[in-house]
Amino acid sequence: MQAFTLTTPDGLESATAAAAQGGRYIGGGTDLLQLAKNDVETPDRLIDLEPLPLTEITATDDALRLGAMARMSDVAAHPAVVARWPVISQSLLASASPQVRNMGTIGGNLLQRTRCGYFRDTGFACNKRAPGSGCPAIQGENRMLAILGTSDHCIASHPSDLAVALIILDASVELRATDGTTRTLPLSDLHRLPGDTPHVETTLAPGELITAVSVPASRAAMRSHYLKVRDRASFEFALVSAAVAVDAGAGTVHDIRVAAGGVGAKPWRLPEVEEALRGRPLTPKALADAAALAGQGAKPASQNGFKQVLLRRAVLRALQTATA
Amino acid sequence: MSTVSRRGVLGATLTGLALAPQRGQADETTPASPSGTQAPSSPARSAEALDIVLQVNGSAVPLTVEPRTTLLDALREQAQLTGTKKGCDHGSCGACTVHLDGRRVVSCLTLAVRAQGKAITTIEGLAVNGTLHPVQAAFAEQDGFQCGYCTPGQIMSAVALIDEGHTGSDAEIREWMSGNICRCGAYPNIVAAIRGSVQEG
Repeated sequence: MQAFTLTTPDGLESATAAAAQGGRYIGGGTDLLQLAKNDVETPDRLIDLEPLPLTEITATDDALRLGAMARMSDVAAHPAVVARWPVISQSLLASASPQVRNMGTIGGNLLQRTRCGYFRDTGFACNKRAPGSGCPAIQGENRMLAILGTSDHCIASHPSDLAVALIILDASVELRATDGTTRTLPLSDLHRLPGDTPHVETTLAPGELITAVSVPASRAAMRSHYLKVRDRASFEFALVSAAVAVDAGAGTVHDIRVAAGGVGAKPWRLPEVEEALRGRPLTPKALADAAALAGQGAKPASQNGFKQVLLRRAVLRALQTATA
Repeated sequence: MSTVSRRGVLGATLTGLALAPQRGQADETTPASPSGTQAPSSPARSAEALDIVLQVNGSAVPLTVEPRTTLLDALREQAQLTGTKKGCDHGSCGACTVHLDGRRVVSCLTLAVRAQGKAITTIEGLAVNGTLHPVQAAFAEQDGFQCGYCTPGQIMSAVALIDEGHTGSDAEIREWMSGNICRCGAYPNIVAAIRGSVQEG
């Protein structure tokens, strides 16, 4: 790990102002320090977000608001989250380990970087880490990588479970720029597809800080579910995951949201599945027919074609569980 | 015959080698780049020295660290508390688990400077006046280890897990111990030790 300085701001204003001079924010540090130890990230200055008042979790009749520095474990265990946005709690409890969840933050979770082994090993080329150097994953070890939203330059998958749960709930991120201006961005607009610039991963401006995530309340959110399929029972990234939220009073699907993790270059919503169910009677056949549509436009690489099948099955199981 | 600890022997042996790593320190800031794909473009950065005080097992421990020094390295290399183990150094194995203000964390991904002002508990802080913590006793009773390297982390995690209330079933214990890997495969006896200490507690 290369040497860096640590700036400790006394408030939000000084934190974002400090970022105008460059540097990298550190939240829980669980991803950043792994990357720094491997020289994948070499920040010369870190700006410590720990002292900032960004840990609050607030649930009202209309919405849930998660401070960007709220810990994953605290959000997962929050009674209102468990009762009214269960998919958020479930996605967090399926993430990382108890120790890491005590450290990792909501904002940091959304900005964690891909687990692609080539990205995390400086002995290899990687267009995301060293633009223009190439993508050995396309012809190499790609079993874990993405089948949707990839490009000829990068097939890395997005690793966050939480982001998959949040995009079906139409969550937004609250942002603060280095000049102090604030804006709210739909989470679905935060992550970018790789295209020919896979090193540009988000639509954030340099130094722009996520201060909170807000999630509207809904009937569908109350009946939501997260299913994660992985190589071992726990503490592992997803091969495929599925997040479902459904409002199906009186046997008709009024509102349905479906997304998948482990398969996309970014958290991947599945409108093809949603459209097949919206307004239709809720029957076992309708669920099966809709799940069979999941993953339209997929472009598997040499080792991850199984994800197409696993995606359809995971979506079906998640739909069945959420509507049971 | 006087008692000779493994730690004492190792410490004495390493003292003679201490000059070599110090001479190598300038190299540490200019890491080799095996493939040249990401050669460091900036010159070697000078490391800043920070004087901090950590609250470890109820005692104030003054240390001089760099911003990049992990809590794990500060505990082991400077506070001489080598009970906390370095396994993967990437948060994947749990051998370095300690408690910060009563919550279990991996010390390898915690910067020492950021642990200031928090109550740090390590494996050395569990026993009271030479009497093992009940979870330590249960691990010994149930043979919850083989080589023992992961054991301090397993025990720190187990103590936290019991405080958190995740002991409803063996399956729940296993899920909530998932951050601690045991290469020897002592898992059945680790679960038995945790279950046993809950039942006795």
